[in-house]
Amino acid sequence: MDDGLFCSCVILRLYCLISRDICNRAVLVANLAPVTALVEARGLVKVYAPKDRKSEPFTAVDGIDFTLHRGEVFGFLGPNGAGKSSTMRMLSCVSPVTGGTISILGMDAATDGRAIRSRLGVVAQDDALDNELTVRENLLIYGLYFGLSKAVASERASELLQFAQLEERAADRVSALSGGMRRRLSIARSLLNRPDVLLLDEPTTGLDPQARHILWDKLYQLKQQGVTLVLTTHYMDEAEQLCDRLVVMHKGKIVAEGSPRQLIEAYASREVLELRFAVTAEAAPADKIREADLCHRLEVLPGRLVCSTDDGERTLAGAHRLGIRPDSAIVRRSSLEDVFLSLTGRSLVD
Amino acid sequence: MSEQLALRSARVVVTRHWWVIRGANPWTPLVEGLFEPFLYLMSIGVGIGTLIGHEGRVIAGGYSYASFVAPALLATSAMNTAANQTIWGTWYRLQFEKFYDSLVTTPLTTTDIGVGEAWAATARGGLAGICFLGVIAALGMVHSLWAVAAIPAVVLIAFSFASAGLAVATIMRELHHNQYVQLVMLPMFLFSATFYPLSVYPTVVRDVVAVLPLYQSTVLARGLTLGRVGSDQVIAVAYLAVMGSGALWFACRRLGGLLAL
Repeated sequence: MDDGLFCSCVILRLYCLISRDICNRAVLVANLAPVTALVEARGLVKVYAPKDRKSEPFTAVDGIDFTLHRGEVFGFLGPNGAGKSSTMRMLSCVSPVTGGTISILGMDAATDGRAIRSRLGVVAQDDALDNELTVRENLLIYGLYFGLSKAVASERASELLQFAQLEERAADRVSALSGGMRRRLSIARSLLNRPDVLLLDEPTTGLDPQARHILWDKLYQLKQQGVTLVLTTHYMDEAEQLCDRLVVMHKGKIVAEGSPRQLIEAYASREVLELRFAVTAEAAPADKIREADLCHRLEVLPGRLVCSTDDGERTLAGAHRLGIRPDSAIVRRSSLEDVFLSLTGRSLVD
Repeated sequence: MSEQLALRSARVVVTRHWWVIRGANPWTPLVEGLFEPFLYLMSIGVGIGTLIGHEGRVIAGGYSYASFVAPALLATSAMNTAANQTIWGTWYRLQFEKFYDSLVTTPLTTTDIGVGEAWAATARGGLAGICFLGVIAALGMVHSLWAVAAIPAVVLIAFSFASAGLAVATIMRELHHNQYVQLVMLPMFLFSATFYPLSVYPTVVRDVVAVLPLYQSTVLARGLTLGRVGSDQVIAVAYLAVMGSGALWFACRRLGGLLAL
């Protein structure tokens, strides 16, 4: 083993103390071979042509770079309209790039679309299942789209029906399925070609909590099997649960990058104290807190003060000493949501 | 190699449509394609034919008036069945179901999808036409062995209208645009020398009607079932082949713009 590789392994091992799970795999990969990039995007731009003469061209993605490695779970976070879906469509070789380059599995997305797509799995936001076919037929025909023989497609369809817990519904029309079942079928379908990379665009949007948790289990199962997952989401808990590494997108640009833990450390304090008041109350307590310098950052929202701080209890005690009497007070750990809001703002984006 | 791959990919789209028909009732589309032209054949071909008697025989060149109307209805049957598949079926899947969004992420290209859709619609239109050909042959309205060539001819007619319909499906944005489609299809059916020869029109109208695709289809089908084959039929074949492939090329380009945005 050469020195460079040895060093990087040592660094990775140290990093393990912080986050065990990611590193075990990373070390394993590093030990086997130099880590090669699975996907490499440089200066990626997507501009949509104007719909009519009155409107202007719209820049959805504005020059982003990222690299994905084998076996990792990578997330694109961002509010609606941040450019996540456009990025995913370019990654899935459906939407041609306006500027920059993407190399996927060592091939160029601009010229080898068909070959790349044959090795990708894509779960679209709105499932786009074939409503006129049965559950099983949906899987079979998808296998044929990928050029599999009927026998192979049939064998894999049976496996995947089991994976998606849809065996009993195999003969039903897709239109009879619930939202959670449709999404599971959509994921099962995307796995028919045994993809090297699975792209999921907002996989749990619109699902109830039960369905979300089942889906997370399924995705976690895939992650453990070593499938590289790329997902977009605006659910922070999802990103925290699933992603090894993520980027936060805002208005077509990447505004932050790192592991969930790193992002929280870099962009949020350790704890957050939320003080709630009647909505009609004046903003006077905010000035008091600011004057007393009780927290790193103070956000004033209708009926609510959000203080970023290292020790929530101490800040709360300080507020009490200043004579502030909130209706209720909550001390919680900072979450990715705080990072997200501080990076992309609180106002509605679109 | 790449053409082979493209054709194989397009064929899977056809397989998909076949599965849908198989899952519902395979006979339904055939009945649809036969029922309407059969009613026209009975009411106008046989009914009006009896009324006009000898005049009808003159128009048909010695055969029954129904034999004159039957090949026109044969062309219409192939046209309607094929065009409806793409104008409505493909359009619905494209605009409402967003069905093709899940196909473009597979190795299929938008051209594969366009070719596959046209192919499937051609198959259904062609099949409807072939069945109707069987019906009129059984009724004694076919008078030449040339009618065997009417089998590939109805497939060609179905292809050109399937492709034209596909092109329409990629342009049409709103549901109420179907009025415009009706505004073209119905007059074309009524006036493309379907029920009487072109000679009844003044010269100006004749020239207009002569360039209509259904007129060309009717000329082709009528020439073959009545056994009067000449340069008109060769022109009709060329016309339909050019129209079909031109429309398909245009439709595939439009699909690329719509799906691979």
